[in-house]
Amino acid sequence: MEIVTAIFSPKLMSQIFVGLSRTVILFIVASGLSLILGVLRIPNIWHGSLYMVGAFMTFTISGVLGGGSMGFWMALILAPLGVALVSLIAERSFFQHLYEREHLMLLLLTFAFSLVFGDLVKMVWGMEYKSVPVPRIFQGSVHLFGGLPFPLYNVFLLAIGPVVAIALWLIVNKTKIGKISRAAAVDREMVGAVGINVSWVFAFVFMIGCFLAGLGGALVAPTVNVSLGMDHTLIMEAFLIVIIGGLGNIGGALVGALIFGLAQSLGILIWPQFGIVFPYAAVIVVLLLRPTGLLKSTW
Amino acid sequence: MLKSTLGGKGRILGGAALILLFLFPLFLPRFYIYLISIILLTGLLATSLNLPLGYGGIFQFHHAVFYGVGAYAAALMITKSGLSPWIGFAVGPFAAAFLSLIMGLICIRLSKLYFGMLQISLGSLVWIIVYRWYSFTGGDNGIHGIPVPDVISSPKGAYYFTLLVTLLSLWALHKIINSPFGSALQGIRDNPVRSAMIGINVKLHQLAVLIIAGFFAGVAGSLFIVVDTAVFPDMLFWTLSLEILIMCLLGGWFTFLGPMLGAAIIISLRTFVSGFTDYWTLPLGLLMMFVIFFLPNGILGYIQERLYRSPAEETDFVEQTVKES
Repeated sequence: MEIVTAIFSPKLMSQIFVGLSRTVILFIVASGLSLILGVLRIPNIWHGSLYMVGAFMTFTISGVLGGGSMGFWMALILAPLGVALVSLIAERSFFQHLYEREHLMLLLLTFAFSLVFGDLVKMVWGMEYKSVPVPRIFQGSVHLFGGLPFPLYNVFLLAIGPVVAIALWLIVNKTKIGKISRAAAVDREMVGAVGINVSWVFAFVFMIGCFLAGLGGALVAPTVNVSLGMDHTLIMEAFLIVIIGGLGNIGGALVGALIFGLAQSLGILIWPQFGIVFPYAAVIVVLLLRPTGLLKSTW
Repeated sequence: MLKSTLGGKGRILGGAALILLFLFPLFLPRFYIYLISIILLTGLLATSLNLPLGYGGIFQFHHAVFYGVGAYAAALMITKSGLSPWIGFAVGPFAAAFLSLIMGLICIRLSKLYFGMLQISLGSLVWIIVYRWYSFTGGDNGIHGIPVPDVISSPKGAYYFTLLVTLLSLWALHKIINSPFGSALQGIRDNPVRSAMIGINVKLHQLAVLIIAGFFAGVAGSLFIVVDTAVFPDMLFWTLSLEILIMCLLGGWFTFLGPMLGAAIIISLRTFVSGFTDYWTLPLGLLMMFVIFFLPNGILGYIQERLYRSPAEETDFVEQTVKES
């Protein structure tokens, strides 16, 4: 009996929900990263910066539109689109010239972009913390299972996660462009040989991936201090999630994000000071057992 | 070493550079001596990275972790054990080599990008532990005021010690690269399948080169304590690893002295730029883009290409990676 109450203790349950809402953010960012990695073979370190830019854009847009709920909803749409546009321009003017080169060069180019954008964000938005208000309908909190209060906005995150996952699954598996991009991931030349402009397929996939980074940033903005450096830890976490899930596998990103998010939130419960070590340890355990990730990699 | 890069003229140039390096402390102000010490040890770090990266073709993405662990091992040994600092300095490289062995054993099963990313993830775990373990590693403050033996505690002493150890290490690395082992390594880089066919144990060679690289990164870490008497967790953060990668690329990652040159340029530039602006990553990023697009062989690689129309041994791989499109 004691064990049952321990397992379903309010503290544990609320920590699980915190972990799940973190999972949503992690999944959205990591799935974009995984998509780009799977199709274009770019380890996109810039992804973290785009996440940060998405969060800062959300701050600005919701501020310009009056700071109310309406402003936030507009920002949630416009900020990821803005990020996608920036990424499209970068892809067309820089990345597309390097696809035939070593991965190392591409990796370093994305790092160069993240360095440049780190300073650009500092120039545009300054060094101070920014905070984005939670939209009015999602202010306050609910009591789940009669336990500890759980912010209503996180409930919204829990709802939007599956929506994004399903939308992404539909795009990749059911639309023509999704099928083409999966084919291009396997054999680029063959896809080109049947008369498809692979270069623009890549640009499209890159843009979708970066859109997801921006969306992740926009969604996380009301729950954290929007600040410089928020990209550094997140990009590392996103990479780990992609690795344990299997490079390029969207479902793998979901599994990886779940493992990572839950290990993080439950780890804090078990050992407050070193809670942050648990997700990393989980990654190592997974990789020792399955070096190429849990699900099938597209490589 | 220079000879292989620049030919006969290199010997004179190298000799002049050596003499200058030994004379610098006699006329340069203190700050520059410190700066050159940092350049030397960072250059050693970049050169040690270039061993697996440029010569071994291994994607060593998180090299800084060995540098940082070497430095932390030495620092903890000195501050916690009460033994002579010299023992601490010696422990650093071996700790780094040991970590390199462990991480190598885990990562070596994978190749190329997967290897690099797994290494980054393991390295991040090490970083998190160092960053969070306040009571032991000092957390984000690091460890300051590490006692250093009197002989090398003055800026000049630290400089000469750094210079000597760096030169010795470079000499050793150069020997390793030009040994049969080094040739086998470059063979593996150019064609792993064929190398395995003629009886080279590919994984064993790669593991060995990782351990050697880790060891010399640890040497650089110990030197950092001599020069700066402090360690901090940023020394093993992944952004530093990529900065060292840039140094290799900028100087020329198929040349022996390229990484040293890259380190000198980037550290001087950073010091110069930070004199009048807070923005450093922006110019660094732009410089990197320039190198990636216009100098893919780096500066020394470019000079080499200019001097000889048909460059030395490295041609095959260079052409393959750069021109194959």
